[in-house]
Amino acid sequence: MMTGYTIVFYLLAAMTLVTALLAVTSRQIFRSAIYLMATLLGIAGLYFWMRYEFVAAVQIVVYAGGIAVLIIFSIFLTQQAGEKLPPPASRRTLFAALAVLSGFILAMLQVMRFPFSGTREAPVDAGMSAIGKQMLSVEKGGYALPFEVVSILLLAAMIGCIVIALRAKPQELKTIKN
Amino acid sequence: MEPGLYHILFVSMALFFIGIYGFLTRRNLITMLMSVELVLNSVCLNFIAFNKYLWHHQMDGLFFTVFIIAIAAAEAAVAIAIIINLYKTHKSINVETAEEMKY
Repeated sequence: MMTGYTIVFYLLAAMTLVTALLAVTSRQIFRSAIYLMATLLGIAGLYFWMRYEFVAAVQIVVYAGGIAVLIIFSIFLTQQAGEKLPPPASRRTLFAALAVLSGFILAMLQVMRFPFSGTREAPVDAGMSAIGKQMLSVEKGGYALPFEVVSILLLAAMIGCIVIALRAKPQELKTIKN
Repeated sequence: MEPGLYHILFVSMALFFIGIYGFLTRRNLITMLMSVELVLNSVCLNFIAFNKYLWHHQMDGLFFTVFIIAIAAAEAAVAIAIIINLYKTHKSINVETAEEMKY
């Protein structure tokens, strides 16, 4: 008996995997970026399906809204319009596909044989206020320290980007000195 | 059959290996970055699935996912800054032309 819950899962999984496959094989880089965006949205749909609305919202905002747009802009800045990527060497494709397939089958066999035993305790409510309280808590089990570390990392990344983007050319340096 | 942990693990494993395949076959830096994003996303999906089906009385997997997403955003921003700079100096974003960055 296929319920709506099951059908939605299979639709989301199929969309995610098919668009991911297209994203890594498409020879037009812009299309490949759009397929990547569809994959990220499919994963956000899977989070919604598992009832983790907060992570799904973060996924849509940061990944599908932020990183995908960043990638599309960088394609505009570095690629000629309508230009196709050269096809990868067939030997490399063959060996990569073989390695990936054998890795997938081995890992999947191990996962299928492993008996996962979950907890019997009642599930907590992963609502917005519970998440906010635990993320900024300094008690046991709180995530205040990683939160601060990530904010420092973001600051460092921002400064790094500015330094990389502002590196002047040699002749410009000369004019600044003069 | 009701989809459970094994189904999600199948999806995330397939995403992981699709990302690896793209990383091995692509020679353009932006498409390689996209493959890395796929791998990171499969890891996030794993964390959420384990949290949902095995340890649903706590929320640690959720926090790990949020932190991974934040770090991935920072990493993508720095990588794209480097790629655009490379394009300015070399007029190409192929990995083979980036060889001399070693020296």
